[in-house]
Amino acid sequence: MSQLSAATAPPEPAEAGLSEAAKKIEGRSPWQLAFERLRRDRVAVGSAIMIVIIALIAIFAPLAKRITGHGPAGQYRDTGLSPAGIPVGPNGMFWFGTDELGRDVLVRVIYGARISLLAGVAAASIAVLVGVVIGLAAGYFGGAVDTVLSRFMDVVLSLPYLVFAIALVSVIGSSMQVSIGVIAFFSFSSVGRIVRGQVLSIKEKEYVEAARSLGAGNMRIMFVDVLPNVLAPVIVYVTLLIPLSIVFEAALSFLGLGVVPPTPTWGGMLSDAINYYQVAWWYLVFPGAALLVTTLAFNLLGDSVRDAFDPRYNRLFAAEE
Amino acid sequence: MSTETLLRLENVVKHFPVHSTRLLRRTEGVVHAVDGVDLDVRRGETVGLVGETGCGKSTLARCILRLYDLTSGRITFGDTDITELSRRKMRPHRKRMQMIFQDPYGSLNPRRRVGPIIGDPFAIQNVADGEERKRKVQELMELVGLNPEHYNRFPAEFSGGQRQRIGVARALALRPEVIVCDEPVSALDVSIQAQIINLLDDLQDEFGLTYIFIAHDLSIVERVSDRVAVMYLGKIVEFGPTEQIYNHPRHPYTKALLSAMPSADPDVAEARERIVLRGDVPSPIDPPSGCSFHPRCPKAQQHCVDVEPPLEVKFTDPPAHRAACHFPVGDGEVLAHATPELALDTEGDVL
Amino acid sequence: MLKFLVRRLTLGVAVMWVVATAVFILYFIAPHDVARTLAGKQSTERVIQLIRHRLGLDKPITEQYLDYLNRLLHGDLGYSYVNSMPVVNVIKEDLPITASVAFGGAILWLLIGVSAGVLAATRPRSFLDRTVTAFALFFYSMPVFLLGQLFLLLLFFRLTMAGFDIFPGGGYVPFAASPGEWLRHLILPWFTVALVSASTYARLTRGSMLEVLGEDYIRTARSKGLRERRVIYRHGLRAGMSPVVTQFGIDLGTLLGGVILTETVFGLPGLGQQIVTSISDGDLPVIMGLVLLASGFIVLANIVVDALYAVLDPRVRLT
Repeated sequence: MSQLSAATAPPEPAEAGLSEAAKKIEGRSPWQLAFERLRRDRVAVGSAIMIVIIALIAIFAPLAKRITGHGPAGQYRDTGLSPAGIPVGPNGMFWFGTDELGRDVLVRVIYGARISLLAGVAAASIAVLVGVVIGLAAGYFGGAVDTVLSRFMDVVLSLPYLVFAIALVSVIGSSMQVSIGVIAFFSFSSVGRIVRGQVLSIKEKEYVEAARSLGAGNMRIMFVDVLPNVLAPVIVYVTLLIPLSIVFEAALSFLGLGVVPPTPTWGGMLSDAINYYQVAWWYLVFPGAALLVTTLAFNLLGDSVRDAFDPRYNRLFAAEE
Repeated sequence: MSTETLLRLENVVKHFPVHSTRLLRRTEGVVHAVDGVDLDVRRGETVGLVGETGCGKSTLARCILRLYDLTSGRITFGDTDITELSRRKMRPHRKRMQMIFQDPYGSLNPRRRVGPIIGDPFAIQNVADGEERKRKVQELMELVGLNPEHYNRFPAEFSGGQRQRIGVARALALRPEVIVCDEPVSALDVSIQAQIINLLDDLQDEFGLTYIFIAHDLSIVERVSDRVAVMYLGKIVEFGPTEQIYNHPRHPYTKALLSAMPSADPDVAEARERIVLRGDVPSPIDPPSGCSFHPRCPKAQQHCVDVEPPLEVKFTDPPAHRAACHFPVGDGEVLAHATPELALDTEGDVL
Repeated sequence: MLKFLVRRLTLGVAVMWVVATAVFILYFIAPHDVARTLAGKQSTERVIQLIRHRLGLDKPITEQYLDYLNRLLHGDLGYSYVNSMPVVNVIKEDLPITASVAFGGAILWLLIGVSAGVLAATRPRSFLDRTVTAFALFFYSMPVFLLGQLFLLLLFFRLTMAGFDIFPGGGYVPFAASPGEWLRHLILPWFTVALVSASTYARLTRGSMLEVLGEDYIRTARSKGLRERRVIYRHGLRAGMSPVVTQFGIDLGTLLGGVILTETVFGLPGLGQQIVTSISDGDLPVIMGLVLLASGFIVLANIVVDALYAVLDPRVRLT
């Protein structure tokens, strides 16, 4: 019998060469590998740098106030408006021009970055946290838990979210927290569905069975064995959820349902600009460009992150399942 | 090998309901994965469990480890009836029985390092902590022939054989009494299979382990097992000492399985008749009446359709050798070959 | 098929009930005294009590809830706080505008998205493919309202200033009044609605088509000597469209959101604009009526999309 004769054969070379391979003792985790790939991706590095710059601008916004001498809500009717009361264009004093109240568009765009980034990151984080927990529970426990949670997510997903967000905000009243909460509420379901789908396949893996055979409890299996394996698609999704949330916040502000004026937001500025674009293109173009550059940077990064984690995955926008 | 029975299975049944995928789930049928199995395993022996894919071997293994709850029947481990133990009550018993899985790729979490994977049993059972755990894990790695310095590597950085060694180390961590090996080498290259088998052998000698060894490769089972049980459609159709089963098979199914066994000796291979079974393995959702092997059996008669044969001693066999067949195969008896036309469309029927 | 419809309709009714209940709860937690609002600032406490009684607001909450559901079933969405018009009439008035924007936009969105995706997929890695991908990413990052405003700035304002009076600067002309003007006024809104979402569909179609075109049966079709065009459009497109159709069902909510924002940008007096003015007026009945309408539309449209999905992919059985 072949097996019997092989039993006395010397060990295979791969196993014999252990000492040589031992030079590189620390294995590289899949995360490290993905990060390596990202670092070699020029688009990823470029967009990451762009995001860092935007974040720095947001953090050091008060510096802009110091340099220009214009506060984000300050109205400079003498210098910032023409005698006829029309906004002045970009000049040495107002680099990005002024708005209809004589406020410095540059300073307001810079301060607006704070709101956009904060709302985007906070809403996406909450959505991911909630989505991961719900998706994990639905996928892992299955049965009635799954039915209830999945149906709930389906309903939320099928709602006309902007219409609902409008209704919610108009009842609760608008504020930063409400915006973040509403955005998170309408985003967690997609995270939850992705996680659920992943968990469904992972919980059938033998290593989960192995953990169970060792006597591991549900919590340990969920968080030690299952969760790390669903994180890759979640991370990919987060980088794409942040720009979506930024746009969502801007849309709410645009409709007058976001952060309360006079706090500058990009969406709010665009909303005001709609009445002035014929006389003050800068009023529309600069906040618009800021918004576009930010979302573009995040989307480009998200695209690269997806490639880094799974080079074969080319159906980013495909429905799950 | 002692005569103490360590593990006893009595009429173990595991059925899986088949649900429709509707909103309101309705049970539409039942898969008879394991359908009344009696088995006793003595301390220190290796019991081989053979049968075709889908015959219920793996389900039985998972029932023994209580990864599945039984539909009915009883499992006694040592002095304890573990059939109905809750998750919490089961935990201390899990130290005493472990499993080695078939797929060396699927059984190791790809996102965790090898050290923590092997250390899992200690973590879950709260046995050793910190440095002590690491030391114990590295001892285990050495024991199974892995380089302890690879503690921080990921499973992906190991070959299939090495991964299976990791699985063995994990199973061995808590010094169990029984290890259920679910096709532990079938996913490996032939040359590496022997190494793992030898490792398991050595470990059995060193720690007095009891193995339940599941495989569909009959030559490996012959090599490792003291006794062999042959499964067909969720039932044990023949059970006995290895030498008996291989030299004096009584059940036509066993005979057919053995006839398909590859042989290194061309003369033996030439001389042996190759029995080709008719038809496919029937669906376990709707198993045949009587003897479930009857639709494919060359010796089947009306009696086989009507009455299910009990597992009992045939001819002058020793009492440990029992087969479930109304018309057992005698020594030297030649089973009728299937007709050529029928044989044509039964490719891959026998292993 | 009938079974499918019944099942989906039941599910739809369930969703609508959840939505209606949510709306009802929102009414109640709203920091808004309906009777006081209706009575006006100068009214006495007695008048307010009277209105409260007439509206049934003094009844127990469960009874009010049942009354409310009953009224909904009879198509009564209540009255606007602002001008006391039945909400149903408000909707009837504005619906044609919104429907014009939504349908035109959706058709254009699918047309642009799918054709760009197919073009890119048939010539993978070509210049065309990369251009489509770049444009898709660009428009995907573009907020709807920003795109609309840029259209206004560049295509209406700058072009008109330069003497090319092609696109109007907003407003709506009913189809019945002048089909040509109707079209002219809707072109920019349509593209605004369409382009952002089309980018998603271009990428989705491209990915799906690439996958399908790599499959065995496509190679079989090719090896039979079928013309490439026929292979792609006859065999590939049909299978490649399935994920696109599924996604379309999910994205209907996005469509409505886009329509609301687009109407606001272009000053189209449709339902979107109505909901925005209702917010500033605190006109809850109108807001809630529109929420119910939008949800109902989504539920119905999803059933249609699912049925369409089955037509495209014969493997899907409607059960």
